[in-house]
Amino acid sequence: MIEIRDLEKLYIMGEETVAALAGVTLTVERGELAAVIGPSGSGKSSLMNILGGLDRPSNGSYHFDGEDVGDMADDALADFRSRRIGFVFQSFQLLPRLTALQNVELPMVYAGIEPRERRERAVAMLQKVGLGERMTHRPTQLSGGQQQRVAIARALANAPDLLLADEPTGALDTNTSKEVLALFHELNAEGLTVVIVTHDLEVAAEARRRISFRDGKVVEDDHGGSRRGKS
Amino acid sequence: MSVRRIDLVGFATGAIIAHPMRSALTSLGVVIGVAAVVMMTSIGLGAQKQVTSAIGGLGSNLLIVSPGASRGPGGGFVSQGAGTNLTLTEEDAKALGTLESVVAVAPSVRGGAQLTAEGANWNTRIEGVTPDYLVARDLTIASGRMIDEAEARQGRKVAVIGQTVATSLFGDSDPLGKRIRVGTVPFEVIGVLASKGQSGFGQDQDDIVLGPLEAVRSRVVGKRVKGDNVQTIYVKAADADSLDRVQEDATNLLRERHRIRQGADDDFNVQNLASITEALQSSIKTFTGLLAAVAAVSLLVGGVGIMNIMLVAVTERTREIGLRMAVGARRTDVLFQFALEAVVLSVVGGAIGLVLGIGGAMLMAKLGNWPTAIAGWSVPLSLGFSMLVGLVFGAYPSWRAARLDPIEALRRE
Repeated sequence: MIEIRDLEKLYIMGEETVAALAGVTLTVERGELAAVIGPSGSGKSSLMNILGGLDRPSNGSYHFDGEDVGDMADDALADFRSRRIGFVFQSFQLLPRLTALQNVELPMVYAGIEPRERRERAVAMLQKVGLGERMTHRPTQLSGGQQQRVAIARALANAPDLLLADEPTGALDTNTSKEVLALFHELNAEGLTVVIVTHDLEVAAEARRRISFRDGKVVEDDHGGSRRGKS
Repeated sequence: MSVRRIDLVGFATGAIIAHPMRSALTSLGVVIGVAAVVMMTSIGLGAQKQVTSAIGGLGSNLLIVSPGASRGPGGGFVSQGAGTNLTLTEEDAKALGTLESVVAVAPSVRGGAQLTAEGANWNTRIEGVTPDYLVARDLTIASGRMIDEAEARQGRKVAVIGQTVATSLFGDSDPLGKRIRVGTVPFEVIGVLASKGQSGFGQDQDDIVLGPLEAVRSRVVGKRVKGDNVQTIYVKAADADSLDRVQEDATNLLRERHRIRQGADDDFNVQNLASITEALQSSIKTFTGLLAAVAAVSLLVGGVGIMNIMLVAVTERTREIGLRMAVGARRTDVLFQFALEAVVLSVVGGAIGLVLGIGGAMLMAKLGNWPTAIAGWSVPLSLGFSMLVGLVFGAYPSWRAARLDPIEALRRE
């Protein structure tokens, strides 16, 4: 599903050129659950931004189901994010003014879905992540774990092909982390492709595939790994 | 596959409602600006209407011929020192009556008068006139009759009085046939004029006594007017189109009669009410435009206020903008959302300002006795203008929002 080849992301800092990604070649198949690990500054966030269509590569190619994402214009990229990608962030990124339901509806608004259908799907998503009772609460009235569940429901709203999670458990305590992680495995078991960026080795240990980054390059791509979790 | 426009309106209004106090203060500049523009134009329009009705009240298609030098085109409505050197006579009036397209010529003299009747006292104006005066001045008789030609020439002491004089001297009782004294001279009331109300200049047009030209000239006005001299000749033209020609003909005729050599100044003054109205109208228009322009400046200041708050909002909501982009918002969606926010703020402000402006104008008309008239076009104009202000001053903040890099924006604390 994801095919990246010789991917580079370069930043010009003063007179120096820094390579956040220095030639990454990688494929991710549909239905995989992959953890991208590495120390900070290793390029995993840059990879994540390009995979999600928030950023463009400096060099190399990125194809998603055969579509050349690397060369897309702004509007096409926005539509790509809307249709294909669900984002989960470390800091949840819920809009504080909106209720859980409205937050989940947001991606569907930009996809042009009618209000009634939006509402139905948002309700279904929140029930799916176990927040059926708290749909009209605002983010400040929810615990961290609950907020992250709302964010996951939001990421699922437009039925994406790929769920991208950037340190999804970074702001959560151990128990809540486990619950959220279990949710990712559950979604993966239903067929959703999931890529989790993390430096938490425990999180990584649960993934079927671990891709290790260092200095903008893949240093290890472990397809076997110790299999735990529900899959 | 793209966002419904109505949802962007929803986002914009949602953000406005989320900060009611801030939004109200942001709109206030536009509220004040629009209210000021609406009020200023209503005052100007009111003044224009008043001038029209004031001059129209003197009579339609009317030329006023008075003695003294002409004071330039259009101006000089206020005659200075007229009557000190009387050059007009009844013969002049008769001659003017022979001109083409002239329907009535009314020579007149006037003076102040202390009236007494049945113990009551009243100070008013008295005018010595001929029967044509009614036609020239567009007056009608409410009861009784007008002075006839014979009475006018022979100096019979009869009078037609205005409504104000009638009620002041006689109260509810019928004044017809009663005697009034003008100074010491007794007159018999033979008619009462129909009411014309307040003139545009604030003068009570019903506070007047009309007497026969000869009698008023010799017995009331006295020494100032001798022989068959008159102070004013009203000349009524058949219609508005012939007014200019009649004015020219009258001037030529009088120059000839007064034997004024070529190149010498007129010793009389023919004023065309239509051209006076026009001149006054245009000066009021200029003045109104000036006032409205000053008021429009405050509208611009209101626009700057909107821009200021919108820039603050974009900074505050950087993360929100990044998130919206991450979940699929196009740059144009963000642009429209913020532009709509600015436009809604200013149009709502404009609508409130419009209501306040109209209310203020009505209040001025009522309490201040200041004439105002609200133009129908001020509604679409002020709403359209406030929309434009929102668009212009919302453009830059919206553009800033749309240009944000989603990655940077999401990272912002």
